[in-house]
Amino acid sequence: MTAVVEEKSVIEFKGRMLMMTVLQLRTLDANQLHQEISQRLEDAAQWLQEAPVVIDIHSDLEIDHVNLMPAVDTLRNLGVNLVALARTDRIDIDTASTLGLGTLSLAGGRDVPRRSEPAADASTADTSQHSERVETLVVEQPVRSGQQVYSRGDMIVLAPVSTGAELMAEGNIHVYSNLRGRALAGVRGDSSARIFCQQLNAELVSIAGHYRVAEDLPDAHRNQPVHLSLQGEAMHFTALK
Amino acid sequence: MTKIVVVTSGKGGVGKTTTSAALATGLALRGFKTTVIDFDVGLRNLDLIMGCERRVVYDLVNVINGDANIKQALIKDKKVDNLFILPASQTRDKDALTQEGVEGVFRALREDMQMDYIICDSPAGIEKGALMAAYFADEAVVVTNPEVSSVRDSDRMIGILASKTRHAEEGKGDIPARLLLTRYSPERVEKGEMLSVEDVQEILAIELLGVVPESQAVLNASNAGSPVILDTDSDAGQAYSDAVARFLGDQLPHRFTTVNKKGLFGRLFGG
Repeated sequence: MTAVVEEKSVIEFKGRMLMMTVLQLRTLDANQLHQEISQRLEDAAQWLQEAPVVIDIHSDLEIDHVNLMPAVDTLRNLGVNLVALARTDRIDIDTASTLGLGTLSLAGGRDVPRRSEPAADASTADTSQHSERVETLVVEQPVRSGQQVYSRGDMIVLAPVSTGAELMAEGNIHVYSNLRGRALAGVRGDSSARIFCQQLNAELVSIAGHYRVAEDLPDAHRNQPVHLSLQGEAMHFTALK
Repeated sequence: MTKIVVVTSGKGGVGKTTTSAALATGLALRGFKTTVIDFDVGLRNLDLIMGCERRVVYDLVNVINGDANIKQALIKDKKVDNLFILPASQTRDKDALTQEGVEGVFRALREDMQMDYIICDSPAGIEKGALMAAYFADEAVVVTNPEVSSVRDSDRMIGILASKTRHAEEGKGDIPARLLLTRYSPERVEKGEMLSVEDVQEILAIELLGVVPESQAVLNASNAGSPVILDTDSDAGQAYSDAVARFLGDQLPHRFTTVNKKGLFGRLFGG
């Protein structure tokens, strides 16, 4: 007989949804970049200095790792927390690693407006990429314990959601049945996302990271049709009539 | 056309083996050629419930490994015609179950043995043994006790059935899964100590195949090595007979779900 001693692993893999800032460069001119970014950093909030930033280079620009270097250095010197280059057919892992950066595919993500973005900028910004319509996910089968459903847009569930099940949507969540599992709306930071359900018996509800566990749900709304929204940092419960 | 049915639950001790034995015996009694397979490799039990533990020579793993062919390994039931048992290996672990191996066993049962039904008694848990028992199934019977942890585990299992079967992987959708509520005690439901049939159905949202009352007859049957469905005088035996009838498409009202008020006579003689 050999005794089997279970060794505790020294590492653990965890999946995590992270918010990244994508900085699109329409020029590689170091002086121009320095001027505009230092000005933005002054009136922009803390987020630009702390948030991990992915550089997305405009497709009109000619690039190679030589002409990218000054732009990257400029951004670094300004304290921008660069982590990666957006991967395109022109930018590969080698180019990025020469610059001390990783690569990231932006294909799977969704754009979220930055609240601290100056309003005037909206008119000049390239709006074509924001007009892309994100599909609503409709779930007609019961969502069972242990199952996880993710929607890049809204999610509509027409069957019960069991304890131990998890709904995650970048947009709103609607459950036209009993919600007993977890519902996380606005998982990419959209604080205007809402949760609607026919019977609120959730283990946890969350909007843009602000959550309430079952224990903290108001008794008046338990098992009732409810509409949840975020007001400031607080979860707001409204009875659905 | 051979039908493969998995009897599963997630949680242990809820009555999967009792149900597998009863269902297989009930189908065989109705003339269907039926094999019941114990997938609980390492924790063999079905042979005891079926009363054939002294006749085990080869087991499921032997057939998978090619040490024996299906004819050699199948144990023919002594009480019921058309009924065969394929026991689990007690000395091996669940890694001995391979997808190709299990598929080969089913093929042999279908083509060589011409079975009508194959009942797979799943082990507890959601590990390899349970997944192998369910993978090739055409239909599932989910055994649940009327208490929260059992219901939650069954819910998880139903979710797994919806994605981890060959049926689902080939894009043919979910396999039909029906609920068998066992160890039901209407008295305790009335006292609020147990979930009611309605509560469980509301949570699991699948068709109800039957309700088997908590019964001494089940324990007696296990001890005697005779499937409880053969005890036709017992409430549990009758409940299983009803469930088999419903399994085959009959419409029967559910029994044993309400408290049987004892009359004076019943009280005097202890019912």
